[in-house]
Amino acid sequence: MISTSLLTEFKTLLGKDNVLDSESDRHSYSYDAAVLDAVIPELVLRPTNSEQLGRTVALCNENKLPMTVRGAGTNLSGGTIPTKEHGVVILTNGLNKILEINEQDLYAVVQPGAVTAKFAAEVAKRGLFYPPDPGSQAVSTLGGNVAENAGGLRGLKYGVTKDYVMGVNFWNAEGEYIKSGGKTVKCVTGLNIAQLMVGSEGTLGVFDEIILKLVPPPVASKAMLAEFDDIAKASETVAAIIANKIVPCTLELLDNATINYVEDFTKAGLPRDAAAILLIEVDGGHIALVEDDAEKVLDICKKHGAKRVQMAKDAAEKNKLWEARRNALPALARARPTTVLEDATVPRSQIPAMITAINNIGAKYKLQIGTFGHAGDGNLHPTILTDRRDKEEFHRVEQAVDEIFDVALSLGGTLSGEHGIGTAKSKWLEKETSKATIIYSRRLKKAVDPNYLLNPGKIIGG
Amino acid sequence: MTADVHQLAKMLHELDDQMVACMKCGMCQAVCPVFAETMNEGDVARGKIALLENLSHEMIKDPVGVQDKLNMCLLCGSCAANCPSGVKVLDIFLKARVIVNTYMGLPAVKKAIFQGLLTKPGVFNSVMDVASKFQGVFTKSANEVIGSSCSRIDLAVIEGRHFMPLAKKSLRKLEPSRNTRPGKSGYRVAFFPGCVIDKIFPQVGQAVLKALTHHEVGIFMPSGQACCGIPALASGDKGSFDKLVKRNLEIFEKENFDYLLTACATCTATMHELWPLMSGDKTQSMQDRIAAMSAKVMDVNQFMVDVLKVSMPVEGHGTKVTYHDPCHLKKSMKVSEQPRALLKSNPNMEFVEMSDADRCCGCGGSFNLQHYKVSKDIGAQKRDNIVASGAQVVATGCPACMLQISDMLSQHKDQIAVKHVMEIYAETL
Ligand SMILES: Cc1cc2nc3c(=O)[nH]c(=O)nc-3n(C[C@H](O)[C@H](O)[C@H](O)COP(=O)(O)OP(=O)(O)OC[C@H]3O[C@@H](n4cnc5c(N)ncnc54)[C@H](O)[C@@H]3O)c2cc1C
Ligand code: SF4
Ligand code: SF4
Ligand code: SF4
Repeated sequence: MISTSLLTEFKTLLGKDNVLDSESDRHSYSYDAAVLDAVIPELVLRPTNSEQLGRTVALCNENKLPMTVRGAGTNLSGGTIPTKEHGVVILTNGLNKILEINEQDLYAVVQPGAVTAKFAAEVAKRGLFYPPDPGSQAVSTLGGNVAENAGGLRGLKYGVTKDYVMGVNFWNAEGEYIKSGGKTVKCVTGLNIAQLMVGSEGTLGVFDEIILKLVPPPVASKAMLAEFDDIAKASETVAAIIANKIVPCTLELLDNATINYVEDFTKAGLPRDAAAILLIEVDGGHIALVEDDAEKVLDICKKHGAKRVQMAKDAAEKNKLWEARRNALPALARARPTTVLEDATVPRSQIPAMITAINNIGAKYKLQIGTFGHAGDGNLHPTILTDRRDKEEFHRVEQAVDEIFDVALSLGGTLSGEHGIGTAKSKWLEKETSKATIIYSRRLKKAVDPNYLLNPGKIIGG
Repeated sequence: MTADVHQLAKMLHELDDQMVACMKCGMCQAVCPVFAETMNEGDVARGKIALLENLSHEMIKDPVGVQDKLNMCLLCGSCAANCPSGVKVLDIFLKARVIVNTYMGLPAVKKAIFQGLLTKPGVFNSVMDVASKFQGVFTKSANEVIGSSCSRIDLAVIEGRHFMPLAKKSLRKLEPSRNTRPGKSGYRVAFFPGCVIDKIFPQVGQAVLKALTHHEVGIFMPSGQACCGIPALASGDKGSFDKLVKRNLEIFEKENFDYLLTACATCTATMHELWPLMSGDKTQSMQDRIAAMSAKVMDVNQFMVDVLKVSMPVEGHGTKVTYHDPCHLKKSMKVSEQPRALLKSNPNMEFVEMSDADRCCGCGGSFNLQHYKVSKDIGAQKRDNIVASGAQVVATGCPACMLQISDMLSQHKDQIAVKHVMEIYAETL
């Protein structure tokens, strides 16, 4: 239990409005986009400056309160769901400033609660580019992106969040300020702690200031949609594009089931009988080069058996093509009450094998599954359509998910391309890595968080 | 209390089918004006749905806390319009308000207003007439261009608001009723002015009548109309809502017409969407009657442009006019191009777009009364965008928005007039 005196101390520190302790407020912070069972936090705290954040962490540590930091709560792996009794949730949305955008040295300093899309827009206003664009960017926070190592549609060419993190200053479990990385392109001082923090899901420290790399924006882009009557041909096309030394900024795949759900929803005129479609965009610093690349990609698609390739002539047409991709999740989400979006990633060459396996698993467990995703980096999102109130069906969903991950691992893939491990996938971690890896990670955790209070239960369990 | 919660939970179970569609993705945070101010999860659609679910599964013991969160909502529909999963958020919230408030009882003041006043239009009108005569005693003019007033004395309930005074003569007095045959247009419409136009902005009603007459549209405007019912429904008073629907139905069923027009976004959305939505507990014949009437309801801007095809964009010069999209017009009824087209057909005005024209003004009906501070903070952003557009006139299609925007501009001493689109269109005739 949190004592009245501690409660008063938090209120004095943060202000009354930033300490939420009513039943309804506490329940409002007991879930995230993963929809898993939760322990209701005892308190929700919102620091609004750096000192308050540090002091909050220190106070929690002194009083042995488990802490779960929360950005926008859009992670899909249960990362912000408290797992221990008497825990607190620390909100970062009071720390949402963009502190600096340095146009000369191409970096920015932000607070962790800054919203990704707002940041990207501010950067764009100054003629610069911050590429990571998770589908949740309209609400997700940069702190959450770093903690989850979020990726997006542009991952293939531009990489994911880790490729843009130059430094992370954070509070450790005891409330001491740790600085890692910096503002210079080259910085090899000390341990590479900043990169260790990327993907740490709130288990190793609480981010305060984040230094992000910026790049010049592409000046031109071309997009096209290619239809295939065989998913293997689509995958061969993906591999062939890369083998031809063209790296599109986006290379997305929608399987037949997803195409049909999207078509039901949008009536956009997608080919219902296609086994798969690829949405491809190339970009670059010079229009002639981009057009040249686009032509080459078009040829490759045709050579590898595309039935039809549609090249967007202008921005409006391009937007229409992207509508299909943007509507994949909305269309699937509307089909049944509950949508279980997974994140299995395999080497590109294994995409056909993975999709076949997913479809077989769907048939075996009598489940509707639509698969779409970032074909360019092998990151697939098999999406199971179900109703979580149907206990029997949901049990089959869980079995199907288990099998999907088993297959992904057996094909040389990984548990998560971008959504993290959280609580949802921690049970598979040992399978992908090793017992020794888990022990090593736990030792590390123990060393920096002796009371095991920073987001306990996540990634490595405990 | 435990037994109570059990009952309440059972009632809320009806909403389960709709609530389960929320995948808790959190995308509603991007558009919720209330969340933008409070940054509390319990104030955004996802949070409220989670709370209702927990209440219905009896994981929450304190329904009052949930009720408070449920009321912390403008019912603007921004979340629903943006929801990837297509969750019918407004349906859920309105029905939940009815369930929760019926269960816990309506506050005495609301009961008096809805059951004693609103459902009895005769009494309501007389009270307002008297109020209109005496308002000068307590109020003084605040902003000439806007025509707003403020309180002479520092009253806590007023919270510094600048409000639009009740009209000296209501529309009902200026234009008691109409019943004309269609002319060249071939159309005959019924006109539903709604309370705010009738009592505060009769000139808007007159502009609509002028435009319809000009285009030789036959008009049926019966006396004895009642409120559309939204204030009662939004407060969870289904009984009063039903009475108002029934009364209006009886009055408008007396004649035949092609469309039932309103010049109030909120009335349109209520009559078109909420009347049938909330009629599930009625007899089949009543449901059919409501459905038939609702199907005829149309926003006046939409009628002018889509049906009469009157708008002719011209190269406008002179006064700069900008447009605020009322939530109920754009997000619920998907009407946003038509009012702009009407504004663009006034040759004495130059149309300028403000940024975030479709962001809610923060009024939200009774939300403004209960949560004035948040309402004002949301409205302040609207005001800033209006000012930044450089417009001398701001037009909109909802008299409730007109009240809120007038308050915001007036408090900042801005010399920007607030008008209804139809007033500006009528000037061209
Ligand atoms: C519709 C939708 C689309 C999505 N699309 C993508 C996608 O394309 N790519 C992708 O990678 N992900 C995607 N996601 C998942 C999710 O949006 C990302 O993981 C995102 O980075 C989470 O950000 P957040 O601010 O919501 O973080 P939260 O969910 O609030 O937190 C995520 C984790 O970060 C930790 N954390 C947050 N802030 C801090 C901090 N200051 N210090 C330390 N730890 C912190 C939390 O404790 C938690 O473990 C999507 C999710 C949804 C709902
Ligand atoms: S956007 Fe829709 S599905 Fe997503 S959390 Fe909000 S209401 Fe739920
Ligand atoms: S209706 Fe408007 S105020 Fe209410 S939750 Fe939705 S977006 Fe927020
Ligand atoms: S008055 Fe208009 S903009 Fe304001 S809340 Fe109502 S519908 Fe939305």
